[in-house]
Amino acid sequence: MALRPVRPRSDLPLAIDPSSRFLGWISALMAFLAALALAGAMLVSDMAQRWDSGLAGGLTVQVAPMPGAPVASLDERAEAALTVLRSFPGIRTATLLGGGEIARLLEPWLGAGATDPLLPMPRLIDVVADGPVDVAALRLRLTSAAPGATLDDHAVWLADLRSFAGAIRLAALGVVVLIGAAAVMTVVFAVRTGLAIHRPVVELLHLMGATDRYVSRQFERHVVGLSLRGGGIGLLLAGGMLYGLHRASQGLRASLLPDLTLQPWQWVALLLVPVALAVLALVTARWTVLRTLESMP
Amino acid sequence: MRGRVDSAPGRVHCPERGGVGREGLASCGGTVIRFENVGLRYGTEAEVLRDISFTLQPGSFHFLTGASGAGKSSLLKLMYLAHRPSRGLVTLFGRDMALVTRRDLPELRRQIGVVFQDFALLDHLSALDNVALPLRMAGTPEADVVAHCSEILRWVGLGNHLHAKPSTLSGGQKQRVAIARSVINRPRLLLADEPTGNVDDGIGMRLLYLFEELYKLGTTVVIATHNEALIRRFDHPRLHLDNGRLMVLPARGRVEARAKDARANDPAWE
Repeated sequence: MALRPVRPRSDLPLAIDPSSRFLGWISALMAFLAALALAGAMLVSDMAQRWDSGLAGGLTVQVAPMPGAPVASLDERAEAALTVLRSFPGIRTATLLGGGEIARLLEPWLGAGATDPLLPMPRLIDVVADGPVDVAALRLRLTSAAPGATLDDHAVWLADLRSFAGAIRLAALGVVVLIGAAAVMTVVFAVRTGLAIHRPVVELLHLMGATDRYVSRQFERHVVGLSLRGGGIGLLLAGGMLYGLHRASQGLRASLLPDLTLQPWQWVALLLVPVALAVLALVTARWTVLRTLESMP
Repeated sequence: MRGRVDSAPGRVHCPERGGVGREGLASCGGTVIRFENVGLRYGTEAEVLRDISFTLQPGSFHFLTGASGAGKSSLLKLMYLAHRPSRGLVTLFGRDMALVTRRDLPELRRQIGVVFQDFALLDHLSALDNVALPLRMAGTPEADVVAHCSEILRWVGLGNHLHAKPSTLSGGQKQRVAIARSVINRPRLLLADEPTGNVDDGIGMRLLYLFEELYKLGTTVVIATHNEALIRRFDHPRLHLDNGRLMVLPARGRVEARAKDARANDPAWE
């Protein structure tokens, strides 16, 4: 099945070419893949931004239970840690998380049993810094004042996450570039095939006074029409898939997956995928036709 | 003066200057075609056209005759710029074709109307769209395109077939579409390869009258044909090809007039 041409009258019968049978559907496939890759890049970008805003300047102190050890009780050690934190330079707030909050954090992994009071739960202190903190000195003072306390500097793994998100974003954009390159090659092939098939007609048009641009415009209209229509179909399919994933992620009870919601401007960006594909097809078709026709008398 | 041809190599008749001279072309901007010692060969084969020399002035009408394989189509292809000569000088509308760049060719070709022997119609286009091709290439407004093409198709008797595809037309109808296409943009030079080959005598005569109208309006016309009846009916000079060589035969009327003059001046006839 071939996509019907947008413009019914063309001096070259391109609509009945074999190239027309696949160019439209290949455009649909490319737009589908490009839209998914672009959406993936944007979602990862959003996720990295949320991590940044939520965790930058944050520290977590964990005071672990030490059954049988000759140390103060868990609550006393947690209080000692709080005292150290609140007096340490660069620390804005230090908040001890309640049992309910800790249970909620652990629920995705432990289920409803996380609220069992018999479980030896550590004490967690959420720390927010408002300036540079000497993490090594703080760690030393904490272990001395509250044995069993460990300091988790978010900046370390946040940097890892940032570079990981960057790599994913780069890979997604690489996929988009590869799809663009494949689109260029497909259009070059289709146009060259069309020129070979219709060489007698092109020669006739030349003899009647057609310029190379006149001939190239015929090909441009043809490939742009097919790219727009194929790209539109691909975008619709990608949009449906993204919406389905969004709905599926909302249905999950545990929030293990990142948020898969696209912002309105991001949907607009996806709408540009078929347009970009059509522009790429237009430029490629023009370049291919003009270069090929240069060798004709 | 109309239709002067000088077959002597390198000699160009220039009516505006009132004489004939080798250097005439450069200043004789009115010359439509000038061939000088032109040869054409395909690949490494022997020349199909040899030492062709002639000039065509604006508003001239010539029949191109010769046996099959004599080189009529090859000569026409040189004239409508489908081929470049293997040797010799070809000028068109005063421009040396050896110096014309590829970029300049479309403008020159738009001044030439061609009726191809095999019609060369585009099967996926209607009769009207086929005829409209030269106008659309020239950027004519679409409303004018439709009006002009409809009018000329009606004139050649195809008013009821404006939107018919060539595959539904008879040979004669296709030929009339091809002729309508060749003259739609009022070319300065009209070349026709057997334009009456597939039509009956009545239509053939009507088409020749159309060519004559264009000729009277200043178009230079060259018609390749085997149709002796038409050649006799329309008294124009002939470019006759024989085995790749060209002879220029004056119009029959002129021959008879010369014979009459000769008889009048010869006391033996009295």
